[in-house]
Amino acid sequence: MKSGRFWAWFVFLLGAAYFFIPLIATIEFSLRMRRGVYSFDAYKVVLGDSQFQATFMFSVIVAVFTILLGVLIVVPTAYWIRLRLPQLRPIVEFVTLLPLVIPAIVIVFGYIRMYGSNSPLPFLGSNLGANALLVIGYAALALPYMYRAVDTGLRTIDVRTLTEAAQILGAGWGTIIARVILPNVLIAVLSGAFLTFAIVIGEFTMASLLNRPAFGPYLQNLVANRAYEPAALSIIAFIITWGCMSLIQILSRFAPKSANRPN
Amino acid sequence: MTDLSLSNKAIAGNTAPPAEARSLRLPTQWLGVTPFFVFAVMFLILPTLYLMLGAFQNEAGEFTFANIVALFSANIVAAYWISIKVSLASSLIGAFAGLAIAIAIVRGGLPNWIRSATLTFSGVASNFAGVPLAFAFIATLGRLGLVTVLLNTLVGLNLYAHGFNLLSFWGLTITYVYFQIPLMVVIIVPAIDGLKREWGEAAATLGATQAQYWRMVVIPVLWPSFLGTVILLFANAFGAIATAYALTGSSLNIVPILLYAQIRGDVLHNAHLGYAIAFGMIFITGLANIFYIWFRTRSERWLK
Repeated sequence: MKSGRFWAWFVFLLGAAYFFIPLIATIEFSLRMRRGVYSFDAYKVVLGDSQFQATFMFSVIVAVFTILLGVLIVVPTAYWIRLRLPQLRPIVEFVTLLPLVIPAIVIVFGYIRMYGSNSPLPFLGSNLGANALLVIGYAALALPYMYRAVDTGLRTIDVRTLTEAAQILGAGWGTIIARVILPNVLIAVLSGAFLTFAIVIGEFTMASLLNRPAFGPYLQNLVANRAYEPAALSIIAFIITWGCMSLIQILSRFAPKSANRPN
Repeated sequence: MTDLSLSNKAIAGNTAPPAEARSLRLPTQWLGVTPFFVFAVMFLILPTLYLMLGAFQNEAGEFTFANIVALFSANIVAAYWISIKVSLASSLIGAFAGLAIAIAIVRGGLPNWIRSATLTFSGVASNFAGVPLAFAFIATLGRLGLVTVLLNTLVGLNLYAHGFNLLSFWGLTITYVYFQIPLMVVIIVPAIDGLKREWGEAAATLGATQAQYWRMVVIPVLWPSFLGTVILLFANAFGAIATAYALTGSSLNIVPILLYAQIRGDVLHNAHLGYAIAFGMIFITGLANIFYIWFRTRSERWLK
């Protein structure tokens, strides 16, 4: 047992070293912009760059719309599958897993060929259409995570009783979903939302191939042309991902209390 | 979950309407899932089918195998080969390292906070891919990276003089492992938690040694979910592009980068060959996922 604990520590510390050294190296590098002393110059330059602000804002807005679209598609579907069409569950689950099978680059390649400016549905003919297509593509990418999060949330509530109670009180389907089901699975929806945010905010492939002025392509361009700023941005990106994941963790602590009321 | 679907079935069975009534109600039933299926068909299935059909057509729209045959030209085969090698190496290394870490934090007798901290960090690191990850490794193992410089000044070991290059097969593999290990940890920890204590006690009662317990109980039970996760990691690495593109530009010719260049500028001078490359990617990840689903259904038997 004693040697077991030694090996456990050994493996853990080895892993910790592999995961922390690149972070430390990046932080160290990001502080070296001013010759001879450590400074936050790189962060100042990056955060003050108007292009950073523009692309980052663009990606945040795209992420928000992606989350809205994802919720709009996933919540009613997962609810309906649980309530009325459990026989469709395998098909819907299979479809939600498709984005893990089809690489993002293939999906966006298909979009470019199908929705080009000469096609019957010319999404790519206008700026707004291309932005919409980017949101749609991200919603597709996030589908597996969003669906699983919402479905797990629905599992903890009694969908049938809630629905019947709401119907007796005279609620229509829209009211039931928006004012009864959604608040009850809000925590699950939020964790799906933060995961979506973490995926979307730095995404490169789709944004780049659809020629959108997003944060991912901006980062890519910066890596190719600058030295210290990308290091600062990598740290910022890591902190954003960290923030999203810790919010999910904090939320999941609240989940059982607010969602699972057996009585 | 099971009792809910059971009760659904029971209710459906008790109140099953006559055939005509059911056929009248069917359209409204399906209305609830229509937006989802419209979305899936328009933005997942049709675009993919379009490329897959395009892979078997020539410029005039006639059926042909020429594009698939053209995939076997030396340049493209090399790209697939290095992609498969990087994905395989990073998924195997990531899987074994991830398994070791998972066992260490679940069964190793480490303090409890280490387990939760590792799981949180794994959630973060498995989503930390793309350009920032590539840059983190440039800052670590690049020509002027921290580790490269430290090894050179402290130990006198010049990595690059010994043939190491971050912009190579091993460089890419080491970088990919950064998101592969945490993904393995996140998926396999529940499986290790699913090993019931009673099994260990039962084995001990029957006189099994620790080694026998591992060999005859733990490994057979974990094997399907382990193998399934390896396949998931493989598909995960195979489709990844941003990390590799940021790391190597286009100097390392992996399939997603080749496809990226093709979409951008038709570098192969044949649009339908691009479709065929996409088809090849789906073929490989699809094959991997069929195995994954198969292994997962086998492993879930034990983890209920």
